[in-house]
Amino acid sequence: MDENKLPGYRGELRDRLLELGVEIGDKLELTVNNYSYEGSLMPRVESYDDWHLVLKLKSGYNIGIAYNPQMKMRKIGIAPKPEFKPPPLPEAARGLPKVSIVSTGGTIASRVDYVTGGVYSAMTSRDLLSIVPELTKIAEVDADILYSIFSEDIGASHWEGMAKRAYEKIKSGVNGVIITHGTDTMGYSSAAMSFAIQDLPIPIIFVGSQRSSDRPSSDNATNLIAGVYTASFAPFAEVVTGLHETTSDTSIVYIRGTKVRKCHTSSRYAFKTVNAWPVAKYLDGHIEMVSDVYRARQGSEPRLLNKFSEKVALIKFHPDFSPEVLEYYINKGYRGLIIEATGLGQVNKNLWPMIDRAREEDMIIGITSQCIWGRVNLNVYSHGRELVERGAIPLEDMHSETAYVKLKWCLGQTDDNEEATRLLLENLVGEFNPRTPYLESVC
Amino acid sequence: MDYKKIGLTVGIEIHQELATQHKLFCACPPRLSDREPDYTFMRKLRPSQSELGEVDPAALFEFLKGKTIVYQGDNDTNCLVEMDEEPPGPLDSEAVDITLIFSLMTEATPVDEIHVMRKTVVDGSNTGGFQRTAVVSLGGEIEAMNKKYRLEQIAIEEDAARKISEENDIITYRLDRLGIPLIEITTAPEMHTPEETKVVASRIGSILRATGRVRRGLGTIRQDVNVSIKGGEIIEIKGVQDLGILDTVVEYEALRQSSLIEIAKILKERRVHTGSLTKEIVDVSMIFEQTKSKILKNAMNKGGVVLAVKLPGFKGLTGKEISPDRRLGTELSDHAKFMGNVKGIFHTDELPGYSISEKETQSLIEFMRAGEDDAIVIVADEEEKCKAALIAVVDRALQAIKGVPAETRAANPDGTTRFTRPRPGAARMYPETDVKPVQVTSERLEKLNEVLPEMPETKLKRLQKQYSLNEKLAKQIVDSDYLELFEELASKGIPTTLMAVTLTEDLTKLRRDGVPVETLDDQRLRNVFKLISEGAALKESLPDILTWLAKNPNKTAKEALNALELNLISHLELLEIVKKTVESNSQLIKDRGSRAKGALMGFIMRDVRGRADASEVNKILEEALKEKLAD
Repeated sequence: MDENKLPGYRGELRDRLLELGVEIGDKLELTVNNYSYEGSLMPRVESYDDWHLVLKLKSGYNIGIAYNPQMKMRKIGIAPKPEFKPPPLPEAARGLPKVSIVSTGGTIASRVDYVTGGVYSAMTSRDLLSIVPELTKIAEVDADILYSIFSEDIGASHWEGMAKRAYEKIKSGVNGVIITHGTDTMGYSSAAMSFAIQDLPIPIIFVGSQRSSDRPSSDNATNLIAGVYTASFAPFAEVVTGLHETTSDTSIVYIRGTKVRKCHTSSRYAFKTVNAWPVAKYLDGHIEMVSDVYRARQGSEPRLLNKFSEKVALIKFHPDFSPEVLEYYINKGYRGLIIEATGLGQVNKNLWPMIDRAREEDMIIGITSQCIWGRVNLNVYSHGRELVERGAIPLEDMHSETAYVKLKWCLGQTDDNEEATRLLLENLVGEFNPRTPYLESVC
Repeated sequence: MDYKKIGLTVGIEIHQELATQHKLFCACPPRLSDREPDYTFMRKLRPSQSELGEVDPAALFEFLKGKTIVYQGDNDTNCLVEMDEEPPGPLDSEAVDITLIFSLMTEATPVDEIHVMRKTVVDGSNTGGFQRTAVVSLGGEIEAMNKKYRLEQIAIEEDAARKISEENDIITYRLDRLGIPLIEITTAPEMHTPEETKVVASRIGSILRATGRVRRGLGTIRQDVNVSIKGGEIIEIKGVQDLGILDTVVEYEALRQSSLIEIAKILKERRVHTGSLTKEIVDVSMIFEQTKSKILKNAMNKGGVVLAVKLPGFKGLTGKEISPDRRLGTELSDHAKFMGNVKGIFHTDELPGYSISEKETQSLIEFMRAGEDDAIVIVADEEEKCKAALIAVVDRALQAIKGVPAETRAANPDGTTRFTRPRPGAARMYPETDVKPVQVTSERLEKLNEVLPEMPETKLKRLQKQYSLNEKLAKQIVDSDYLELFEELASKGIPTTLMAVTLTEDLTKLRRDGVPVETLDDQRLRNVFKLISEGAALKESLPDILTWLAKNPNKTAKEALNALELNLISHLELLEIVKKTVESNSQLIKDRGSRAKGALMGFIMRDVRGRADASEVNKILEEALKEKLAD
């Protein structure tokens, strides 16, 4: 319990604070070298050193004071109890579309505790609606939390749970489902959902933000408002991501879950369409369709196909790539491998013998390109032709992450590699685009 | 005004841009751009909700205004950090050093660890919706007029984006200034007269300049002043750029607050209370159907209306002057403009007037059933705007019953102030988790202590002695932006008094005459003085050369000489000119003898002014005259 009491404080300083009975937020007076400081004790980041105290001054500023055993320390007040009084909810209008929001982590919306500087995420529909009240004018929203994890900690087991929950929401008769998700692996999850729920009657929209929701400039609310609107009214029934199209708060772009990639570490416009056109845009309160090829909203019966194989890996070829890496996967019993090759799809000829071995072990090897944009073609160079002869499968214009997710899914659907290979090559949910579009700006 | 009697108390916050290599949180150069932006983008800001379930009133206020913010960026002066598209880098250590140097010079106590905070600002001037700011030291003191003044804290923060325009609901900012390091010095509220305020600000300014590492030029130093009087409120006046009007700002604010207290007193006598005022807004367009007032007519022609509201008990008060040329009516108008986005209001204390006739005014008073003590405010525009404006007028009038409303104001160039927004609640700050705290080690402080710059008075004494300057000139140069340049050029043998006069008095005079002297950077000034030291130009020509160069920012000092025809003429040429003049004035010389020299000198100088030294001309002429008379 003490662990939680004084987060970030360790050693002698922590003992001294415990001795004084001080908790986070309590008022302290510190005197060192005849200079007195007065302020409230703030938590300390765990990885920082153990000999500084963080005080919040009356002015609201935090400062760090070096601890020394001679320091005089006095508790002069206790922390005000944080109390959250949510403002009254705007009255919900009747007859609006129904939208379910499933949260998987990150923060959909949050509020700041100015006492400790902590950021708290909205945990309930009520919280969410009080923070983004605009939503009540668009749809009847229900929100629940499926996971509370960082996006890099999400894997196939979560995809299974995510698909199941989204499927249940669809079955409950909502007009659209929103999955809020950390942006780093959103592209993988959106591809996974595309394969895991097929014959969709309604859209499933992944929403996230590149600026945390505690700051006034967050892209969160705009993405969410647009997402709820699009989930309610979009004519399409596909899995898409919906984030900023540009650095401006003007338009939100909806990109097919299998054709999307995060292409910037930090910007709002990080999500780009790979080898396809976006599906739609949200602009000035309405939806604009960009592509005329899409699955329409319809009264179909969705199919839940949420099994993924664990024995699949994605590896990136690079100069001096060692065949031993391939050997490792073969020895570990992997069933499928996506090799992100160079250019049109070539790898060093040193790998050929190991690819032969992998095929002997019945491993499926898919080839994608590290160029990201464009289509692999193993017929152009002799090294490419060698790969095809050895049984590697060129995966057209599918980008590596989607190929990886799809292969996991294929091998999760069947134990028969022939059937898995057939599935891998079939255009199931728009993951292949037979026509490579001209895109003026990639990344 | 008896400032002691009214209990005037003033504190100041000085913000000074630091002359660093980089901005505070990225590697961009800390300078303004003078070219067209490379790109623009649009954002909206939302206030974040606090743990109390409330949003900061000031933050909400800006948000409700529904403003759209347009940012202009360029590849020279900003990167993704200013665009709020990339997390900030580490706190610039050069800026921290300069702030620590100032702290040591003022005997402040540096903190052991600097924590960067986010201070919520949603007017759009910061792309993130907050300003990054950190306390570097606490306490400290300065001496001015033989009195000690305490400092409360010294902070380091990022400058805001530069406002380009505000039209309708669109505010445009340029990103160049965003992120330039600022030192913020907050004094204790210990000044009690306008003059004292000015002296303290000026003293802090000169210590800042003594560090030799602050940016100069218009807008690089800004003062915020907190003014209160007994029974008033602490009013924060932001952005006083000109130290010269600081005392006037304080004086006018003291006056404004006492006038407002006086108005509250009169309202009380008239038994006006909060219940007296209602937000009953009435359409009075029909009264003005035949009006000669263009403002009203235009508004109605565009489909707008004229709305009115009664302010019971306010007659004579809306027109009462509260600071020079500003009435209570002006304050009502500021609020109306702000909340309703209207162009302005009319109140009955100024009517008839502005082409609104006696008859219309009377009809208005009758229609509104205004009593003897009542005032009426009217506004003409689109109906929704008018309503918002008049609600704001009533809200402001309600505050007048209590006295001085707590608000943030901005200084006008004449020293009066205008309403900008209600005062923010307690500063909304929370940690900037993207920036690691910086430790201030004793080694770092010791190192800085060893190279601490001279305090201004030490410098003053040294300059007087080292460069044989009188006290006045030495003081001027210490207070100027050119101390470093002066010392550099003095070491190269440029005459010090000439330089001191030129860099202070001459440049000040030129600036007053409207010459754009800010285009004269150090390098250009260096080249001008080089002309003098090389004997290529005369010191009398300096003001002309500087004026020309200031107006021709892309030209060189040499080009100035050619353009102004100030190239020195050679000794031989001069001899020739003198000879010719003497020859052609034989009669004069015959008549007046050696007394002809004055007139001859005049003729010659008219020809060669700026191109020859008068004493040299004098010498040659004397010789020539002697020769001629000897003939």
